[in-house]
Amino acid sequence: MTKPFATVLEASTSLNNKTGSWRTKRPEYVQSASPCNVVCPAGEDIRLWLALVKAGKFYEAWKIITKDNPFPAAMGRICYHTCEKICNRESFDGAVNISAIERSIGDMAIDQAWGFENVTVNSGKNVLVVGGGPSGLAAAYFLRMLGHDVTVYENHLKAGGMMRYGVPRYRLSRCVLDAEIKRIENIGVKIVCQKKITDINAEIDDFDAIYLAMGAHKASQTGVEIKNKPNIIDAVDLFKKVEDDFTNFLNLGNRVFVYGGGNTAIDAARTALRLGASVKIIYRRTIHQMPAHTAEVNEALAEGIEILCLRTISCIDGSKVFVNKMNYDEEYDILTPSGKTEILHADSVIFAIGQSVDVNVLHGAKNIKISEKGTIEIDKNMTTGIPSVFAGGDVVSEKRTVTNAIGHAKKAAGCIDAYLRNTTPPLDIRSEVTNLKKLNVAYFKKSAKITAPEWQNISFEERNISYSKKELMTEASRCFSCGSCFHCDNCYGYCPDNAITKRANGDLEINYNYCKGCGICATECPCGAIKMVSND
Amino acid sequence: MSSSTLSGESSKKNSTIQSRRSRNNSLTSGHRACQGCGEALGARCAIDAAYHAAAGKITVVNATGCLEVFSCSFPENAWNVPWLHSLFGNAAAVATGVAAALHSQGKEDVRVIAQGGDGATGDIGMGCLSGMFDRNDDVLYICYDNQAYMNTGVQRSGTTPPLARTATTVPHKNYAGSDPQTGKNVAQIAMAHEIPYVATASIGNIQDLEKKVSKAINIRGSKYVHVHVPCPLGWGYDTAETIKIARLAIQCGLFPLFEAEYGKLARSTAIEDPISIEDYLKPQKRFAHLFGKNASSESLDILRKIANSNIEKYRLGKTADD
Repeated sequence: MTKPFATVLEASTSLNNKTGSWRTKRPEYVQSASPCNVVCPAGEDIRLWLALVKAGKFYEAWKIITKDNPFPAAMGRICYHTCEKICNRESFDGAVNISAIERSIGDMAIDQAWGFENVTVNSGKNVLVVGGGPSGLAAAYFLRMLGHDVTVYENHLKAGGMMRYGVPRYRLSRCVLDAEIKRIENIGVKIVCQKKITDINAEIDDFDAIYLAMGAHKASQTGVEIKNKPNIIDAVDLFKKVEDDFTNFLNLGNRVFVYGGGNTAIDAARTALRLGASVKIIYRRTIHQMPAHTAEVNEALAEGIEILCLRTISCIDGSKVFVNKMNYDEEYDILTPSGKTEILHADSVIFAIGQSVDVNVLHGAKNIKISEKGTIEIDKNMTTGIPSVFAGGDVVSEKRTVTNAIGHAKKAAGCIDAYLRNTTPPLDIRSEVTNLKKLNVAYFKKSAKITAPEWQNISFEERNISYSKKELMTEASRCFSCGSCFHCDNCYGYCPDNAITKRANGDLEINYNYCKGCGICATECPCGAIKMVSND
Repeated sequence: MSSSTLSGESSKKNSTIQSRRSRNNSLTSGHRACQGCGEALGARCAIDAAYHAAAGKITVVNATGCLEVFSCSFPENAWNVPWLHSLFGNAAAVATGVAAALHSQGKEDVRVIAQGGDGATGDIGMGCLSGMFDRNDDVLYICYDNQAYMNTGVQRSGTTPPLARTATTVPHKNYAGSDPQTGKNVAQIAMAHEIPYVATASIGNIQDLEKKVSKAINIRGSKYVHVHVPCPLGWGYDTAETIKIARLAIQCGLFPLFEAEYGKLARSTAIEDPISIEDYLKPQKRFAHLFGKNASSESLDILRKIANSNIEKYRLGKTADD
């Protein structure tokens, strides 16, 4: 120390003093999972593609969506968007309208004829997918992208499975569905329609691997007594008839009852309504206990469909429908017959009390086990009792949604690929979820979500809710980016010790030489992308 | 309160100087301020803003206090701008001299800043400061208010809020913290001098702080900016909460953000998302005795009255045309 007291000191000489030694805790940049990603059965990286939409990079966003889901336009319409229910923005000012954005991006891809990249690798392996529904088609897509030759056998007139024969066209336009299926065919997936397999054993030798995704198209049986040839149709048959012979309107008569309380019952009722009938749904429990999604129940009610709750059908005799009224004890959750019966009149009755898997095709394959619930049993790698045969979608799960089917397809494709290449299947790693507590919402302005317009008319036409490009960017910008840095620079600007370096490309780096570990950066990070950890 | 992030996201309008790579870092790393120091951050933000607005031609005179001690421990210096320290109470007078010297050399483009803590400003240096205002000397005085003498061990200052615990105002069973004294509202004292510009700012709103300093530095005559800078050590809260505490002070009305020109209130920042004073006071240990089992609601009423009076006086409530 040669300097005299009271003198001139050179600028920034404090840099010699490495205050980082004071630290007991240390901030680290982390990227943790967003709730939407964790709950999405298909595992879409929603946060990432929303950021791309926000930046106006629509094609790039579409590329990211289709890494996990080859049907953005279809899924944007019919998925039950669990992502929105868990969105951290929900309690702030309403969830980000993820489904509408996905749908709009999907529609944009169809309009602009975006296609998947051509497959350049070739494994020389041959995979059979049984069933051309969402799970089968998605698996075919994922497997083809991994370089395998894929053939899909579909026993209906057209591919699409429940997206075509379960979801009515007013919810999913067939042009959209056809376009998204065509795109999968364009990368070399062979789809053979009206091909019914009678014995799976016959196919095992011809293919290196098989993915069973036949879905659950068999209507469940009821205990209803039937006399004098009433007009009865199962919901699955109704959908099939309406779909395959759309121009020839099915006549169900004027008074139509639908028996059941699930989404299928609602779709059947709304289909019957569109065929000109006046429709009543008969359901044995209360309206709040209906397994159908509340939004769909409300839409059905808004269209004028009546729901008769706490009733079971005991007998259908010609046009007479004998209905038993039920009592429901809310306190003990017990349903008992009241003993009261009423006689109603219907021209047609549609049964929508559930579907099961048609397991006849598997009779020859003794090693494939069927559970008590009638689903195919698989292990954690989606494999059945036969090593080369895998299964997914509605045939293995009671949770029958299209997104779930796609999620199964993605996982199964990974497992099938590993089996074909003799490697280990990819692990299901999911990091810590970024919940609301980890965010600092002081930095977000309240902005109401851009909602879809109200239901307009009752027809088979689907409503148009696609966003404009500007609306897309505005709605996507509402994403909190939970768990991932979006370069707001709060950490850089608020550090009292100037211990964060900002690179030319905007990337941030903590300079541990000077970071005292106060934690301001972590507290002021809006999206929970900085974590304080012990300095040891 | 929904404040904008420092980058301002898509709107360039809200982008701060602090979010830029090109910021001067006037107070750089290696200083000896405590972890989570609000004053260190406030000083860097304010001086960077002045540096930017005056195209780098600034000189700073610093009073004794935390800021001086932690930024300039012999033989090291954390400043990246011409900087001068003399005594505790004379920063305003020294700055006046610096301004006069620059004026006599014809260097009118070099802008002069005097800065200090609340003790140096409101108590010890009050005479020199008042004289500077009286003469309308061409100096921007910035006070970093952490509401006590933190450097020497948290003794009460003229800006310590009523009822806050300090080393010299210890709560007693008959006596809740510091006396509910009037304290000194230094911004109001400055306004009473009818100088060209007086403003209050906070590190809880960096956009606003930068805007006010940038504006003040290029006004000729005496300017005063009073910056609220929470102190984790003296106030008793976690070091990570500094910005949050500053933000809560604004939201509850206890720290009003306003600008005054020639003694008259010119503009104020309406509170966007009001909170109760309890939300601000509770996280701080210096107010813990107001919430204990012996606490009386009258004590809180004293502070509530101040917040309400601020909201009325500085028009912080949202009006219909906001």
